[in-house]
Amino acid sequence: MDVILQAFALVATGNVIVTIIAASMFGLFVGAVPGLTATMATALLVPLTFFMEPVAAVGAIVACSAMAIFAGDIPGALLRIPGTPASAAYVEDTYKLTQKGQAELGLGACVLFSALGGLFGTIVLIFAAPSLAEFAVKFSSPEYFWIALLGLTCAVFMGASSPAKGLLSLFIGLTIASVGLNNPAGVPRLTFGSTEMMAGIDFIPVMIGIFAISEVLRTVLSGGEGWQQAPEAVGNIFRDWGGMLRTYWKQLLRGNITGTAVGILPGAGSDVAAYVSYAISRRFSKTPEKYGTGHVEGVVEAGAANNASLSSAWVPALVFGIPGDTMTAIVIGVLYVKGMNPGPTLFIFNPQTIYAVFLIFILANLIMIPLGWALIKFSKNILRVSKAVLMPLILIFCIVGAFASNNAVYGVTIMLIFGVVGYLMEENDFPIAPCVLGIVIGPILEKNLITTLIKSQGNLLDFINRPIAFAIFAIFCLLWLSIIVSWIRAPRRTDEMLRAEPD
Amino acid sequence: MKFAKGIIAALLLSATAMPAWADYPDRPITLLVAWGAGGGTDAVARVVAVSLEKELGQSVNVVNRTGGSGVVGHSAMADAEPDGYTLGLATTEVNLMHWLGLTKLDYKVYTPLALMNQDPAGVQVSADSKYQNLGELLEAIKTSPPGTFRATGSGQGSSWHVAIAGLLNAEGIDASTVTWVPSDGAASGLQELLSGGTEIVPSSLVEARALIDAGRVKSLAYMSKERSKLFPDVPILKEETGSDWEFGAWRGIVAPKGLPDDIRDRLIAALKNVFDSEEYNQFMSAQGFGANFLSGEEFGNFMATNDVNFGKTMKAIGLTK
Repeated sequence: MDVILQAFALVATGNVIVTIIAASMFGLFVGAVPGLTATMATALLVPLTFFMEPVAAVGAIVACSAMAIFAGDIPGALLRIPGTPASAAYVEDTYKLTQKGQAELGLGACVLFSALGGLFGTIVLIFAAPSLAEFAVKFSSPEYFWIALLGLTCAVFMGASSPAKGLLSLFIGLTIASVGLNNPAGVPRLTFGSTEMMAGIDFIPVMIGIFAISEVLRTVLSGGEGWQQAPEAVGNIFRDWGGMLRTYWKQLLRGNITGTAVGILPGAGSDVAAYVSYAISRRFSKTPEKYGTGHVEGVVEAGAANNASLSSAWVPALVFGIPGDTMTAIVIGVLYVKGMNPGPTLFIFNPQTIYAVFLIFILANLIMIPLGWALIKFSKNILRVSKAVLMPLILIFCIVGAFASNNAVYGVTIMLIFGVVGYLMEENDFPIAPCVLGIVIGPILEKNLITTLIKSQGNLLDFINRPIAFAIFAIFCLLWLSIIVSWIRAPRRTDEMLRAEPD
Repeated sequence: MKFAKGIIAALLLSATAMPAWADYPDRPITLLVAWGAGGGTDAVARVVAVSLEKELGQSVNVVNRTGGSGVVGHSAMADAEPDGYTLGLATTEVNLMHWLGLTKLDYKVYTPLALMNQDPAGVQVSADSKYQNLGELLEAIKTSPPGTFRATGSGQGSSWHVAIAGLLNAEGIDASTVTWVPSDGAASGLQELLSGGTEIVPSSLVEARALIDAGRVKSLAYMSKERSKLFPDVPILKEETGSDWEFGAWRGIVAPKGLPDDIRDRLIAALKNVFDSEEYNQFMSAQGFGANFLSGEEFGNFMATNDVNFGKTMKAIGLTK
């Protein structure tokens, strides 16, 4: 109880509240601009967090990401351009509702069920994380080794349209991660004699490059054309809330659970959560033929799912230091900078900080409703901002951020190189997520492999002779078995299901 | 606005070809740190910077140049112009990195200004460990087959590795009897200790403080001349085994080699005042950091002695290249 009061005190300062509101508005703006993803919003925010207190820094990211995922629904509904990939699953429905003159129904569902989904995911985070942490204190290197390997497997097969491309993307990430001195033996690798390279390739400039610079490049190369005008008016979004809650509570619950489960898996983010739960919703619906024609049922379920996954993705990030999606991958970097090293000891050393973060999750999902309402009212103006103004601003932001990560031009160079890499990867349909997760999980995997081998003096049995390690090893084998079985049985089906991309 | 300051400092940093002026300092000073924001070294640097600002009447900006196990930041401190506008908070790694063959850089590339802090190592074991004192633990290490005991708490060949190896060496035990498990730092090393993955963490007491207070870890000995103010119950090595081995991680302010004497003396006097200031002392005792001051030449001799001692130990355990 004492800890919760301390957490309240940490959150209820003017500084933190103002930061959260400002970060929320930033998240709403970035999310509502088509092409700028929630991950990019987070990456752009990171350099600013260097100058904040730990709770404010983490709170800013929480608020910003939750808002961005919701705000991505708005241009989807108004222009049929999803603001973030997580909104792409149900963009047909919300757009057709707008065309039918029922924009308020679709957008109302987006606000309400995003907030509810986010709250559900937060509750799971609050209850699951501390008890998981108590359990995870017993984890030693073999357990972490298997969890990391599990994470990498999921990273390749969850988000990728083709496993081969996912695997290649992963290997790019692993190669980037191996540069520098920061390996168990402390041997310089791929440094080409450069002192800067001994520090390795800093994750934050890579993120900014891969997610933000690549988008700037894409806009520049496509001539930076504007978007169509938004419709003029949206009615009262609160009108249909009561009816929707009564009719669709089952869909809400199912979306929450699907989203939370997908979020906990490493490598699968809110976009996967939205696609999976939209598919589940249609499968169990009494009226599957209405999906994609302006039907709100799927919007309810998938809208709740993508926000639920966002919160639950923090469970493995906080407890094991293994990110649940690309956004929490960035968060882990921030936690280290702030001295809140993820892992079970975080719950022993700093319980009040963790509870403060949980409180911010709740707060962010609550203020989503008024801020979301304001944004919907205001949205047609946002969609008028010219790309010719927006992109240079983003570029400036990126350069400052990359420089600030280590106070050196080296960071800016890395950012530019990875901007081009990210652009080329996306243009050729290589998924980005496996690469990003490879950069984060690769060193964890290597460290725990080497540590286990050193401790056991090379005895491979030590990888599976502790009960928890064996259990995770068994799960790992089952996962691979199911992947292999699904390849043999239906070599093309998963391919097509995941390739259902927005256009 | 630290952010704006950082940018201004960076701009100034790139345009420092001016000679030292008689009325030093007449523009902001940069204090380089080789470790990340939020860590212990960064915290010390920021406290020193705030007090030094008052002493010198110019702003002092802390700039983190991290990575490469400290090589990047320590190189930047040595490569700057010796005009007094770029200083660095150097750490123990200066005495270790060159022995490992990571860099040619050693303490001789700096003008030593002031040692500000020293944290001796302890010998930590899990609270439910059956060893009640260091004698029992060492006896068990001697009589067990090599590799039975494993220690962790920092990277291969870094500070705490040398601490435990030197301790064993001084006892006449082959240092390789205890397997060193590299870790990212004391926090992840302590996590390994809790999970039963290793038996010993020879980190500083400050780093183990939260877990000692939580009753999950106990400390058997302290590698210093006198007992810790933070944990006066922990015996020093000499009391336990009669050994003279001491090991402490240190932090001190340095400037690039070739700093003019007048500027050097001005800075040493200012740093002495910083060390004596109430803010600094309050901060250090709140954090549990050991305050230890040596100025100029003395600090230089301190680094030189450490360098020889660490080198001997590292050669004995086969870490040198």
